[in-house]
Amino acid sequence: MEASDILYKTVLLVIIMLITLLVAMYSTYGERKIAAYMQDRRGPNRAGPFGLLQPLADGIKMFMKEEIIPLSANAWLFILGPSLAMTTALLTGVVIPWGDTLIIGGKEFSLQITDLNIGILYVFAMVSIGVYGIMIGGWASNNKYALLSAIRAASQMISYELAMGISIISLILTTGTLSLHEIVQQQAGFHWNIFYQPLGFLIFLVCSLAETNRAPFDLPECETELIGGYHTEYSSMKLGFYLFAEYINMFISSAVIATLFLGGYNMPFLGSLGLSQNLTTMLGSFFFFLKILLVIFTFMWVRWTLPRFRYDQLMNLGWKGLMPLALFNFLATGIYYYFFVLK
Amino acid sequence: MMQKLTNRSFIASDKKMTFRERIYLPAVLSGMAITLRHFFKKKVTISYPEQIREFSKVYRGQHVLKRDEQGRERCTACGLCAVACPAEAITMVAAERKPGEEHLYREEKYAKVYEINMLRCIFCGDCEEACPKEAIFLTDRIVEAKYKRMPFVYGKGLLVEPADPHKRVDISARQTSEVLKFKNDDRYAHNR
Repeated sequence: MEASDILYKTVLLVIIMLITLLVAMYSTYGERKIAAYMQDRRGPNRAGPFGLLQPLADGIKMFMKEEIIPLSANAWLFILGPSLAMTTALLTGVVIPWGDTLIIGGKEFSLQITDLNIGILYVFAMVSIGVYGIMIGGWASNNKYALLSAIRAASQMISYELAMGISIISLILTTGTLSLHEIVQQQAGFHWNIFYQPLGFLIFLVCSLAETNRAPFDLPECETELIGGYHTEYSSMKLGFYLFAEYINMFISSAVIATLFLGGYNMPFLGSLGLSQNLTTMLGSFFFFLKILLVIFTFMWVRWTLPRFRYDQLMNLGWKGLMPLALFNFLATGIYYYFFVLK
Repeated sequence: MMQKLTNRSFIASDKKMTFRERIYLPAVLSGMAITLRHFFKKKVTISYPEQIREFSKVYRGQHVLKRDEQGRERCTACGLCAVACPAEAITMVAAERKPGEEHLYREEKYAKVYEINMLRCIFCGDCEEACPKEAIFLTDRIVEAKYKRMPFVYGKGLLVEPADPHKRVDISARQTSEVLKFKNDDRYAHNR
């Protein structure tokens, strides 16, 4: 690797991390605004114009709060929990193709930090490790509610990751590659995977809601039953990390959905505009972010519409609903490709 | 059978769900349509300090002790308002008018101390109705919020209106000719 490459990657890494944090920050604002609007209220509008400084105020508040580690808690694991949640949430962003290639000084630079040939697997691995943040934090708190929440998080993760994985397998059958970059390139024009795998998309979307612990599947948090669940004992910025990691996860999940199913940075008319390569790339990235925001909006929209599932309903839906559906989708895709495409 | 309050109530049962209900999606989508409709609806919130909700003309807010046309206090400390008050918020100490105070008090007796505890007051307006001298009225002013309790006991300094004819508190909305006629009507027991 040349020095310029390393420099470029470092800069890109920092930029993407900052953007991720910024989007997560303003997701909290967006969440409150959307919640308010759906309940005929106005939402935060006192801190700055339109309440735009609200996330900043919340952040300062979180930092100023007293740091408490309960006496009976396992201090190391107690600190490890939120750190792990935050780290894994941020790590996923590196394989996502945020845009096409830029040409600077005659050299091509990809807007993807690293194009792993097993990109999807990497995403899955990181998301799976993410649940350890919740489990470790919940267990280390030495609190019944937190422990219950940790157990719920683990069981929910297992039941939904299966259906999610199988829906991804059927997607991979159609794309023939695990690299996110190639998957996006295949969707050029209007060949978005959502049209080829509508059922897979639906399953993936529902499972994403469960994976990011958002309503209607926010059983690990569950204010009414578990008093916040795994973060019952947390205070100050450690609590902030947990809450923030949830929003980062949501952003990354939306990015993954947009990449896999909504064509990533492709837009049907973009290639025919006759713009320069760099401008097309920038516009593509813009549309990619627009798609991500749309998915985030859908996430919030669902949250403020549906009540929480009961634990047994959740398990029923996961194992008896989504799992067979995903298997059926897998089988149907496989049969179609075996008999009609490969022949 | 009990009368239904709305036409939206239905009898809940744990019957087996139909296929349509079991796949959740139609219900989920219709729910999302409802929330989206609300998303674009006009907001009902009134942003208080900048925007103030319009009061009714006969709003019952902070009291005023009226003066007559010559600027004399109308209150004679008869105590009917204190008796009528369901919250027992009104207390007063009566005093006799001294010679030379005729320009201050309308009749021989006046209230030396007149206090309303605004934390006790329920703003029902019974004091106004009980007053035979048209001395006390409720107005459309709001009792200011405070951090301590004591400032909520309003004395004469806060209650009596200024003597300056231009600074009088307008109570014409509450004291219409119909109200006056009703108050003076002999057919009602309280006027006999």
